[in-house]
Amino acid sequence: MAKPTKVTNSIRALRFAHGEMTQAELADRIGVTRQTVIAIEQGRYSPSLEMAFQIARVFTVPLDDVFQYPDTEE
Amino acid sequence: MSFGEKRSWIYAVSALVVSVVYFATVLGQVPGADVTKIAYIRPMLTAIGVAVVLNIVASVVATIASPRDADKEDERDKEINRLGQHIGFYVVSVCALVPLGLAMVEAEHFWIANSLYLAFVVSAFTSSIVKIVAYRRGF
Repeated sequence: MAKPTKVTNSIRALRFAHGEMTQAELADRIGVTRQTVIAIEQGRYSPSLEMAFQIARVFTVPLDDVFQYPDTEE
Repeated sequence: MSFGEKRSWIYAVSALVVSVVYFATVLGQVPGADVTKIAYIRPMLTAIGVAVVLNIVASVVATIASPRDADKEDERDKEINRLGQHIGFYVVSVCALVPLGLAMVEAEHFWIANSLYLAFVVSAFTSSIVKIVAYRRGF
């Protein structure tokens, strides 16, 4: 499946590092649907800056630890 | 499947099914007939009404089936909805050129009304498909 964004993320790993938090729990914490969390994790949707900060705040890590953007052009 | 995606499926299916039945019924009478004699107004208004009711009923059923998701709409749903509406607007704008042209050449009301109805249906269907693709493949 084509990924429409070059932004990658470590949400899945962070969820497991935080007591195996479920996608539904994370979705509730940031006020979105579980499908949106799934779409972000799979790189099918780039969240807004505000949502990105909310996700980072849930895991109490800097934004860079959650989302990454490759330096080189593909 | 999010409620927004379900709603898009409902919209796409109702737009397609109702319009196919309508056009099969009405355009089936065209060969060899005088179009001014074909009663299309009542079937068209019925088709529009049925599509609206079908949408409402199917949405209520979807809500009852999974009430937890029904009131949830986040920024992704809004962006996908906006994208679908945006594409749908361009589609209806282009398709509306057909009834406009038919009106200019003083074609029968039958053709003008039906091409305009088709423009709405194509727009609604395209808009729904764009949303479904955005939900499934991302954007």
